[in-house]
Amino acid sequence: MIGLGGALGRVVRSGVSRRRVQTVVIALATMMAVASAVVAGSLVVAANAPFDHAFAHQHGAHLSAQFDAGKVGAADLTATGHLAGVTASAGPYPTATIHPTDGRGGHFPALTVVGRAGPHAAVDDLDLTSGRWAEKPGEIVLSTEFAGPEMTPGFTLAGSDAPGAPILTVVGRARSVSRTAGAWVTPDQVGALASANEPAGLQMLYRFAAAGTDAKVADRRAELVSAVPAGAFLGARSHLDTKRAADGNAAPTIPFLTAFGVLGIAMSVIIVGSVVSGAVGTGLRRIGILKAIGFTPREVVRAYVAQALVPAAVGIGLGVVLGNLMALPLLADTEQVYGDTSLSVAWWVDVLVAVGALVVVGVAALVPALRAGRLRTVEAIAVGRAPRTGRGRWAYRVTGRLPLPRAVTYGLASPFAHPVRTLAMVLAVVFGTVAATFAVGLTASLNAVGDAKDPESRAAVTVLAGAAGGPGGAPAGGPGPAGANAPVPAGGAGPGAGNVPAGGGSSTPADSGRIRDAVAAAPGTATSYGLGYADVTVTGIPGSVRAALYQGDSRPGGYPMIAGHWLDGPGQVVVPTRFLARTGTRIGDTVRVTHQGDVQSLRIVGEAFDTSDDGTRIHADMASFASARPDVYLVGLKPGVDRDRYAADLARVVGPLGGEVLGDTSSGRDDLILVLDAMAALLTLMLVAVAGLGVLNSVVLDTRERVHDLGVCKALGMTPRQTVGLVLASVVGIGVAGGLIGVPVGYALHGYVVPRMGHAAGTNLPPSVLEVYDLPELALLGLAGVAIAALGALLPATWAARTRTATALRTE
Amino acid sequence: MTPVIEFAGVAKRYDTGGAPALGPLDLGVAGGEALAVTGPSGSGKSTLLNLIAGLDRPSEGTVTVAGQRIDGLSEHALARFRREHIGMVFQFFNLLDDLTVSDNIQLPAQLTGTGRRKAAARAGELMEVLGIGKHARAYPGRLSGGERQRVAVARALINRPALLLADEPTGALDSASGADVRELLTELHGDGQTIVLVTHDPALARACASRSIHLVDGHLALDPRAEAVR
Repeated sequence: MIGLGGALGRVVRSGVSRRRVQTVVIALATMMAVASAVVAGSLVVAANAPFDHAFAHQHGAHLSAQFDAGKVGAADLTATGHLAGVTASAGPYPTATIHPTDGRGGHFPALTVVGRAGPHAAVDDLDLTSGRWAEKPGEIVLSTEFAGPEMTPGFTLAGSDAPGAPILTVVGRARSVSRTAGAWVTPDQVGALASANEPAGLQMLYRFAAAGTDAKVADRRAELVSAVPAGAFLGARSHLDTKRAADGNAAPTIPFLTAFGVLGIAMSVIIVGSVVSGAVGTGLRRIGILKAIGFTPREVVRAYVAQALVPAAVGIGLGVVLGNLMALPLLADTEQVYGDTSLSVAWWVDVLVAVGALVVVGVAALVPALRAGRLRTVEAIAVGRAPRTGRGRWAYRVTGRLPLPRAVTYGLASPFAHPVRTLAMVLAVVFGTVAATFAVGLTASLNAVGDAKDPESRAAVTVLAGAAGGPGGAPAGGPGPAGANAPVPAGGAGPGAGNVPAGGGSSTPADSGRIRDAVAAAPGTATSYGLGYADVTVTGIPGSVRAALYQGDSRPGGYPMIAGHWLDGPGQVVVPTRFLARTGTRIGDTVRVTHQGDVQSLRIVGEAFDTSDDGTRIHADMASFASARPDVYLVGLKPGVDRDRYAADLARVVGPLGGEVLGDTSSGRDDLILVLDAMAALLTLMLVAVAGLGVLNSVVLDTRERVHDLGVCKALGMTPRQTVGLVLASVVGIGVAGGLIGVPVGYALHGYVVPRMGHAAGTNLPPSVLEVYDLPELALLGLAGVAIAALGALLPATWAARTRTATALRTE
Repeated sequence: MTPVIEFAGVAKRYDTGGAPALGPLDLGVAGGEALAVTGPSGSGKSTLLNLIAGLDRPSEGTVTVAGQRIDGLSEHALARFRREHIGMVFQFFNLLDDLTVSDNIQLPAQLTGTGRRKAAARAGELMEVLGIGKHARAYPGRLSGGERQRVAVARALINRPALLLADEPTGALDSASGADVRELLTELHGDGQTIVLVTHDPALARACASRSIHLVDGHLALDPRAEAVR
């Protein structure tokens, strides 16, 4: 235990207050390292199990089962809640599948609607995120997973496009981690929403004592099937399937956060160790004096460890607070992305980081403090007076011959006089440069992913041609829970239903052929192609698969290719990585695709970077299927054509044909990408700042040691500018070395981490995502090492230039 | 003869409102003169030398050296002034341990932008004259005190300064080395070098200086020229 009372306390306090730069640098470096570790640690923890966290919070359903209301009664279903192994149940809830419209012909995604009296239940205890719960018929609460356009409370929609369909007013939004419904209404509303084709069903939600594996869930499911009349059980969704889908979002962040976490921790160890060692090392003469006046070696060791721990403790405290403050907005973004309920910094992350940092500082201080304690008093007092060791003199000889100003060549050689200190500085700059290089590459990759995920947004103008119910206008939502998020007619982020204007829609049936001709004939059209979405079946994949079907030359809207090529004719199909994995196929193989009874054998010609629809969406030429028609036409304009004017002119032509023109369909950047961009920027900034502080500390130590020499140089006529040049030159080599090492390491780290992020998301990555660096950029990043070093050295350089020569000459 | 140094009403205070550490003082040193400044510790000798060298600024009065008023110059201009007009020799040599003897001597020349070859030639010339040529590639730590002070003198002379300032140049030397340096300074004075010499050593003052002043508590206690004028 380090007592700070009496003489020892005074020594520690005076050491802390007199060595202000070192004290501040220890506190700041520790603060930033701790804050960085808290942010990285808490995000890793939050990203690691967001689904589990939210699932536990909501008492999520291990199994969501759908039953035929005509074959089993509510009482029998309630009884299934008492089967062996069932720990809790909820329901039965009436369900219906609806195909809502905006009342003016615009279709929204199909929804599985569940009738519930309130959000709370023993299983699937919903979070009402806005508005209120439905209290009477005519009110609807949408799921936060609803893939259509943003609908605030007060928005109305029709249950279908059938005449007399119920009008529903949105009164709130709720989140179900188990994804048990697309929307909720009062139980007595469900009957009015059902139709003869899609009759009402019943939903039961279960929690089991053991549901950790697919086999255990399957066993419980089998018991349920056998507990109800034959044919009554329509389908069920396991929480493990839901978790796998949710983890698809979270998984890519883990390699990225791990990389930054490791960088931050390694950086902290190096910087704190170097700062404390330097602080103790430069205090050796003081140590000699303390021993000469009667301090024991143990007291000296305690004094110097305490001198490091005091500012470090302050830095750790501030770092924990800062880390929590910085993590909160990032966690809030993460919360939105993952659909979690209340992510916060785990208390044990704070404790672990704080204790870890104290241990690191303590050990880093103890080693040089022990050296000080063992030092003989006479030797300790002689430190600073005795001639130097002579290390690095060869460097002065060599640099002295360079055709550069003498102040510069003198500075260039000085790092060689302190190889260990120089190594610590090089490492700090290396870590800063690695972080900067990695972050720049990662941001570029993430932006490339964002661009690649939404190629349709590249179109300057979008013309809706399927508003009155084209092939993709009203896909069949499955009767079971899996249909809760029935596929979006034109993709949540793409054009189509998601962008249907709130007003002014046309109720005229669209004539897609004439619209296509009108678009092609419009002055200013450079390229155009038709696009429609359909549910198809593919041999080898159970259930339906979403297909994007293209009419015309679709290359302008093609997805980045990982392998093979984009569509260039009928009979071809382009598929994503996960499709190949699930079907065990390769490029060149043929798959059987069925669209509305039309069976076609399509040859896989390319592997596209497309993670839509759980990574199984396929892309084919519309000509492969006779009955397919486009929902939209995507138009590229000739150079110089005014988009708004073009859109207005085209609207006058296609309006009477049932088409609508949208001028700007680009979607915002994916939330997950924004979160990762923000995290990368923040963590990089902190790592670079800590690297700069590490350099600052080392240069301060070096400048202090050399202040007498600098005084001599100034007395001989070295100008302040030359003095600054000398000190900056002393770190240029370190910056160059840091850049030369850091850039390739950062490049390699990017090449290692980014593909793993892709694999975690279930996809390979195209060159546009992986090959993001160019040579000038890498050269600039190399200069970042010099910039970090120079920024760190600027303050001590200015101090050296301003120090009075007469004072410096008296310094020993 | 034109004065190389001219102090007019110069005073230096380290504490605002306190008694001056030096002055007020009027002083002139002519070209080719060798002035010895003597006095006890704390009398203001080093302060005087620092003011002449532009290492410090007066609290009052004006300082003109080599025809240039230096009390109002910027740090940058002072540094340029120093390397062009002043050579300094210190009690503890103040050589840079990491540089060879030759590199130490060349340093002030290189700071002025003199080419390496020209600076090396001038340094070689000085080393030969001062008898330290054989140590050109040695490091200062391996030389005797007298040799180190010769290196310091060579360094001070490399830019052919108008004024050589020496602060206790024999104070850290044994008597043999001290005599050696004394002889060197006498020769330099004989060659017409203007010198200001701060020393405790009356023998050194007598041997090297053409004129001596004595400071006590920052004031001139003895100045033969002033006495003569009076």
